[in-house]
Amino acid sequence: MKILIRNGRVVDPASGRDEIADVAVAAGRIVAIGRVPPDFTPERTLLADGCVVAPGLVDLAARLKEPGPGALESELAAAAAGGVTSLVCPPDMDPPLDEPGLVDMLKFRARKLSRCRLFPLGALTHRLAGVELTEMIELTEAGCVGFSQAEYPVKDNLTLMRAMQYASTRGYAVWLRPQDPSLSAGVAASGAVATRLGLSGVPVVSETIALHTILELVRQTSARVHLCRLSSAAGVELVRRAKAEGLPVTADVSINSLHLTDVDIGYFNADMRLTPPLRQGKDRDALRAGLADGTIDALVSDHTPVGNDDKMLPFGEAVPGATGLELLLSLALKWGTESKLSLAQALARVTSEPVRVLGEALGSLGQSAGRLVEGGVADICVFDSEAEWQVTPDALRSQGKHTPFDATSSGTRMPGRVRHTLVAGTLAYSAELSKSSDATSA
Amino acid sequence: MLARRNPQLNSHGELIHLLSIEGLPRAILTQILDTAGTFLSVNDRDVKKVPLLRGKSVFNLFFENSTRTRTTFEIAAKRLSADVINLDIAKSSASKGESLLDTIANLSAMHADMFVVRHSESGAPYLIARHCAPHVHVVNAGDGRHAHPTQGLLDMYTIRHYKKSFHELTVAIVGDIVHSRVARSDIHALTTLGVPEIRAVGPKTLVPGDLREMGVRVCHDMREGVKDADVIIMLRLQNERMSGAMLPSAGEYFKSYGLTEDMLALAKPDAIVMHPGPINRGVEIDSRVADGSHSVILPQVTFGIAVRMAVMSILAGNDA
Repeated sequence: MKILIRNGRVVDPASGRDEIADVAVAAGRIVAIGRVPPDFTPERTLLADGCVVAPGLVDLAARLKEPGPGALESELAAAAAGGVTSLVCPPDMDPPLDEPGLVDMLKFRARKLSRCRLFPLGALTHRLAGVELTEMIELTEAGCVGFSQAEYPVKDNLTLMRAMQYASTRGYAVWLRPQDPSLSAGVAASGAVATRLGLSGVPVVSETIALHTILELVRQTSARVHLCRLSSAAGVELVRRAKAEGLPVTADVSINSLHLTDVDIGYFNADMRLTPPLRQGKDRDALRAGLADGTIDALVSDHTPVGNDDKMLPFGEAVPGATGLELLLSLALKWGTESKLSLAQALARVTSEPVRVLGEALGSLGQSAGRLVEGGVADICVFDSEAEWQVTPDALRSQGKHTPFDATSSGTRMPGRVRHTLVAGTLAYSAELSKSSDATSA
Repeated sequence: MLARRNPQLNSHGELIHLLSIEGLPRAILTQILDTAGTFLSVNDRDVKKVPLLRGKSVFNLFFENSTRTRTTFEIAAKRLSADVINLDIAKSSASKGESLLDTIANLSAMHADMFVVRHSESGAPYLIARHCAPHVHVVNAGDGRHAHPTQGLLDMYTIRHYKKSFHELTVAIVGDIVHSRVARSDIHALTTLGVPEIRAVGPKTLVPGDLREMGVRVCHDMREGVKDADVIIMLRLQNERMSGAMLPSAGEYFKSYGLTEDMLALAKPDAIVMHPGPINRGVEIDSRVADGSHSVILPQVTFGIAVRMAVMSILAGNDA
C-alpha cells in the first residue's frame, strides 16, 4: 500500500531532521522524505498538518499478559494506539520463554496481528529458576534479542557469572533488574512515607548492592549488560561511573519512576504499587537528570497489565504493575517539556536510543528502526503534539486498566495524542478509524 | 498530582470514618476525648447503657485474631445499645477464598451500619471505607503496622486524665516502634495535641532513623530515653521478634530496654507508665513496675471502653 503523509513536522532524533515535509511510503519502506517523486500515486493520504511525524516508538519493557484470553491482541493494539511500533517483552510468561518453540509461536502470532513488532527476551535460566542456563543460541535464532531473569533472582553469583560468561561468548546481551533478593521483599520504598504508612520497605541498597555485583561481573566477563528499571539516585550515579569507565552497560527507567514519588501513594492507592517501588523526590530528580544526560539510555513503559481483582486489595497484597503502552509517548513529551529539552531530544529516548541499546540483536532492522530514513522501514508515529488528554481507564485498549496517571486519582494532563501509527508501511492504528472514542480531549 | 480529600472526613470536615489519627484536626481529637469523659460515668452506673446506637448494627470484622480489642469494641457498642455481630473472618470467608471487598459487599447487604475492622495489611480499612455503602462507618481497630487510632485516643485520654495538659510533656515510647501501629497512632496524636517532646526509644533494628520525619527524637539509649519523662509508653515485643535478626534474645533486650525500677527512677517522680497490653513481664517491663504505683495500665483498659463509645457515637451522628 502506498501512503503519503502530507505536510507534517518531520522529526527524526537520530539525524536531527526537524522540518515540515511530506513522507512517502511504499512496500513497507519510506521511499521519500520531502522530495516526493511526482509520479508517486498514494492509495491513501494522511493529512498531518499541525502534527509531528516521528519514528515509531520502541519500548524496551512491555508485558503482554500472556497467556490470557485475547491478551496478545489487546496489548499489541494498545501498543499501536500508543505509537509503539516495536516492543521488547520480558520472558516471565507462563510458561517462561525458555524454549525456542515458545518464542517461535509468540513471534508467529504477533506477526499475524501486524500491529507492532515483537522482540522477546529469552529466559536466562531454565524456567527462570536461576540454576541452569537456557539454550541461548537456539533461542537467539528463534528471535530473542537478549536474555533476562525478569523479576526472578539467579541462585547465586557463581551462576550469574557463568551466565554472563556464556552469553558474552556470543555477544548476547544480558538484561538484569538490579535488586538484591533478600532486600527486596518490601512493598514500598524505604523512607519516611513507608515508615509513616507502616508499609514494609525496599531500601536503596537493594539496588546498589546488586549493581555493584553486576558491574564487578561485567568487569570480569566483559558481558554486555542492560540494566532494567533504575529507581534510585545512587543507582544512577553508579551507572554514570560505570559508563565513564567504559563498561558495556546501558540502562532504562520506567515512566512511573520518572514522574512519581512515594508521596503519590497517598491513602494507600494500590495503583501506586509498582516494582521497583516509587522512591523519593531526590531519586526522581536524579532519574530525570540521568535520562537527560544519557546516563540512562531509554525510557520504557514497563507496561504490566494487572486485573481489577488483583488491584482491589490492600496495598501490600495488590499485584504490582501498571498499564503503560498508551502513556509512553505523552509521558516522554511531558518529561521533555518539563526538562526544557527539544522535541527531538525527548523523542530520542523512546526511538533511536532504545534501538541503540538493542544493537546488533535487531539485525538489518537496526539500520532504520527508531529512525526516519529514505529506504528504511516505515515504522512511523504521527501525533498531535498540541493535543492534551487525560487517562480514562475504560478508553484504554489494554486489558490493564490500572495506572497511577488515572485522571480520577491524579488529574495528570497528558500532552500529545497519537493520530496514526504505521508498522512496516501499513496502518496499525488510526485515531480517525478507531471505533471507541478516546479519552476526553481537553 | 491532586491532593485527595482525607477519606475520614465529609465535606463539612466531620468525622465519618476513623482510619488514622494522622490528618485529623486537634478539635476532633478533643471532641472525642471530651465525649469519652461523659461516657465514663455510664460505665459506673447499675444499668450501663445509653440508647445512642439503638437499632444500629455494628459488625466486628477481625481478619486478624484479637480477643482483647474485639471485646472492648463489643462492650462499647453494647453499652450504646447497638446490635453487635462478631465475625472472625480469619477462620471463615477469607479461608474459603472470598475477597475482602466481596466480604464487605455481602455484609453491607445485611444492612450493617458500622464496620470495626482489624486486618494484617496496612491500609486495608481505607480500601473498605472507599468501597462500602455511603451510610456505613468504618473504624480501624488496627491495620498492619499502620494505625490503631482508638488505642492512640485512649492513650491520650489516659495522659490527659493524669497530666491535665499536653503542652509541657515529655513522652517516651519504648520498644518495637517500627512494627507498631500503636506507636504510630500515639505519635500522630501527641504531635497533634501539642506535646513538645516525643521520644522513640529502642535499638536501631526496631527504631529506624527516618522516624525523625514523624517529628520524634530517636534515642537508642534507654537512660537517655526515659530521663525526665512525664509519660513512658512501653510497647509489647512480639514473640517473633525476640530472636533472629532483629534482636538476639529477649534477655538481652530486657537488659538494654526493659523498664525496671532503676530505669523508672530516671523519669520524673510523678511519671506514669502505660502499656497497650498484653504485657510480657520480664521482657519489656519488670513486674514491680507493671504492678507499681506509677502504672496506669489497667485504667487504660477502662478508659478504652469510654473512648470507643465516644468514637462510635460521634461517627453515627455524622453523614457522608
